[in-house]
Amino acid sequence: MKDVVLSNIHKTYKGRDIPALNDVSFETGEGELFGLIGPDGAGKTSLFRILTTLILPDSGCAKVCGKDVVNDYKEIRKIVGYMPGKFSLYQDLSVEENLNFFATVFNTSLKKNYDLIKDIYIQIEPFKKRRAGQLSGGMKQKLALCCALIHKPKVLFLDEPTTGVDAVSRKEFWGMLKALKEQGISILVSTPYMDEADLCDRIALIQNGKIMSIDTPHSITLNYPDPLYAVQSDQMGKLLHDLRNFREIKSCNAFGDYHHISFVSERKETGNELKDYLLKKDHSNIKLNAVAPGIEDCFIQLMDSE
Amino acid sequence: MRMLIYLLQKEFKQIFRNKALLPMIFAMPIIQLLVMPLAADYEIKNINISVIDHDHSTFSTGLTQKIVASGYFKLVDYGNSYKNSLDLIEKNLSDVILEIPRGFEKNLQKENNQKVFIAVNAINGTKASIGGAYLGRIINDFNADIRSEYLPQPKQNTIPVIKISSSNWFNPFMNYTFFMVPGILVVLVTMVCAYLCSLNIVKEKEIGTIEQINVTPIKKHYFILGKLIPFWVIGMFVFTIGLFVVGRLVYGIIPLGSIALIYAYLSIYLVALLGLGLLISTYSETQQQAMSVAFFFMMIFLLMSGLFTPIESMPEWAKTIAALNPVTYFIEVMRMVVLKGSGIKDIKMHFVYMIGFGLLFNIWAILNYKKTG
Repeated sequence: MKDVVLSNIHKTYKGRDIPALNDVSFETGEGELFGLIGPDGAGKTSLFRILTTLILPDSGCAKVCGKDVVNDYKEIRKIVGYMPGKFSLYQDLSVEENLNFFATVFNTSLKKNYDLIKDIYIQIEPFKKRRAGQLSGGMKQKLALCCALIHKPKVLFLDEPTTGVDAVSRKEFWGMLKALKEQGISILVSTPYMDEADLCDRIALIQNGKIMSIDTPHSITLNYPDPLYAVQSDQMGKLLHDLRNFREIKSCNAFGDYHHISFVSERKETGNELKDYLLKKDHSNIKLNAVAPGIEDCFIQLMDSE
Repeated sequence: MRMLIYLLQKEFKQIFRNKALLPMIFAMPIIQLLVMPLAADYEIKNINISVIDHDHSTFSTGLTQKIVASGYFKLVDYGNSYKNSLDLIEKNLSDVILEIPRGFEKNLQKENNQKVFIAVNAINGTKASIGGAYLGRIINDFNADIRSEYLPQPKQNTIPVIKISSSNWFNPFMNYTFFMVPGILVVLVTMVCAYLCSLNIVKEKEIGTIEQINVTPIKKHYFILGKLIPFWVIGMFVFTIGLFVVGRLVYGIIPLGSIALIYAYLSIYLVALLGLGLLISTYSETQQQAMSVAFFFMMIFLLMSGLFTPIESMPEWAKTIAALNPVTYFIEVMRMVVLKGSGIKDIKMHFVYMIGFGLLFNIWAILNYKKTG
C-alpha cells in the first residue's frame, strides 16, 4: 500500500500570483524514507501543511494511508506525527510535561510507547525537569521528534528537521531516522541540504512548487546527461569567470574546492584545449578530472533546463 | 472531558509560571483600585481665587472672609489691580478673579444695588463651571445675610420664598468613591480578562504551538474552552479581590443588593468579554497586533461606558456607541445593585443584553476561528 499519495496538487496562497505548489504528484511506499529536496521557498512546507491537514489544497487529491486529507482529516490526525520546521512545543513546560501533554492529547501515555522513543528520549532524559525553552538546539529537536512519535504514528512528517543543527547532530539525527524506519514507520522528510539526499530511499527534487524529478538518489545521479569534470587552479574566482567565457562550456558551477563543468560536445580534444586556454589566461596548477555527478549537480542541471 | 481537564491543567501551569503575568493578576486590581478612585474625584477643592478689593470696607472684607471660610477656595492674592490678577491667571496660579468695585458697601446700603465682577479661567472646564457656581452661591448667601441684617424683619413674611432642602438618595454623604469604585472594578476585570485571553491565544499562534495542536485529534471546542475557562476563573478571582478586599475593607462599600445577583451577572459578562478576546485573537497574527486592537476597544469601552461622564449628557451618536458597549451595562448593574440594592426585576433587560453580547461575540469568534484554523 502507498502511504502518501499526491495527485495534481495545486495551491496558491491568497493575494499571491505565483503558485506555492504547481501540479505536484508523487507516491511514497510503506516504510519508505522519502526525501523532499529543494531550496527555501520551493514549496516543501506547503506540501507538509496539506498532508498534515493544516491547509486545504486548491485542487488535486492527497491521501495519507488511504485517507483523504480533506474528508478524513480527523482520521489522519490520529495516525500522523508532524514536526514543523520551527520549534513549536510549549517553551514554558518542562521536557517531561511536554511529552506527557502530547501523549494524553493522543489518548496514550509515555509508558505505553516508551520503546519507540527510548533511544532518543534517553539522551534528553537527564534534562526532563528543564523547561523546553531552555534546551539547546539539538535537544529541542530530539524533544520535538519524541513528541511527534509519542502516539506511534504510521507516517512521520519532518519539515526541515536538520536546518540550523550542527553537523554532528545532523548525522546523529539521520541515524535515528534509519532506526525508526526499521520499526516500520514511513517517513517523509524535507531538507535544503543536498548531501542528505543520499540518506533517503527515494527523493523528489522540488523547485518553485514543481517536482523536477523523483527517483532513488542513485538513479537520479545516473541520469545526469553529460560527463562531468572538476576543475581547479590557483585563482578560483577568476577561473570561474574564464571558464564561463570558454566557447565549449555548457555548464559551470562552483562546488567547494572545485568548479564542476560539462562541455557542449563530446570531443576528446576539448580537455586539452581548455587547459591551453586557461594557461593563456595566466592560471597555474590547473587540475582537470572527471567526477561522478552528485544530487546537487543534478538539481542545478534540472533547474537550468526548466 | 478528560482531554479538557488536561488542557486546563496545562493552561494553569503556564499561567502560574509566567513571572510577569502573575503579579499583574494579583496586584493590579488592588493597586489600581487603591489609586484610581482617589484621583477620579469630581468634587472640586482648592480653587485659587484672587480678590481685587477696591472698596476695603467691612462688607468687602466680610465677603472675602466668607469665601475663604467656605473651604473650596484658596486666597492667593488680595490686591487692587485687575492687571495683576489677570497676570496670575495667565501664569495658572489663580483660577477665579473676584472684583469688588469702589463704593461697594455704600451703594449696597444706599441704593440697595451693587454689582461685582467675576472672571473665571475656563481652561479646565469642570473647575471653571463648578468654581463659578460655588462663588455665585456664596455671594448670594452673603447677600441674604446682609439683607436680614439691614432690612427690618417684617412680622409676617410677605414675600413668598421657596426654600430648598435636598437629601442625597442611595449615597447620603455624596461619597464619590461609592460611585467610582464599582465602576472601576468593572473596568479592571474587563482589562485583565480581555487582554490576557486574546494575548494567550495569539501567543500560541505566534510560537507555532497551535499548529502542533491542530495536527492532533484535540477537538476545537475543547481547545477554545481550555483557553476561556482559566480566564473566566481569573476574572471571578480579580473581581472578588476587588469587591471584598479593596471595596469592603478599604472603602467600606457593602453592596445593598444581592451579591449572588452581581456574581450571576459577572459570570455572563465574563463569557461575553472572553468571546471578544477570542474574536480579537482570531483576527490577529501576533501579540503586538492583538494588544493594539484590544487597546483600541478598551479605550472606547472605558470612555463611552458612563464611568466618568454620564451617558445621558452625551450626543445621540455617542449614546448609540455606549449602548453597544458591554461595559456600560455591567457598570450600570454594579451601581444599581451595589448602591440602590436593585433586584433581578430591575436589571432584567441588562441580563438580556449581556446574553446577546455573549452569543454575538462567541459565535462570531468561533465561526472566524474555524475559517482561519
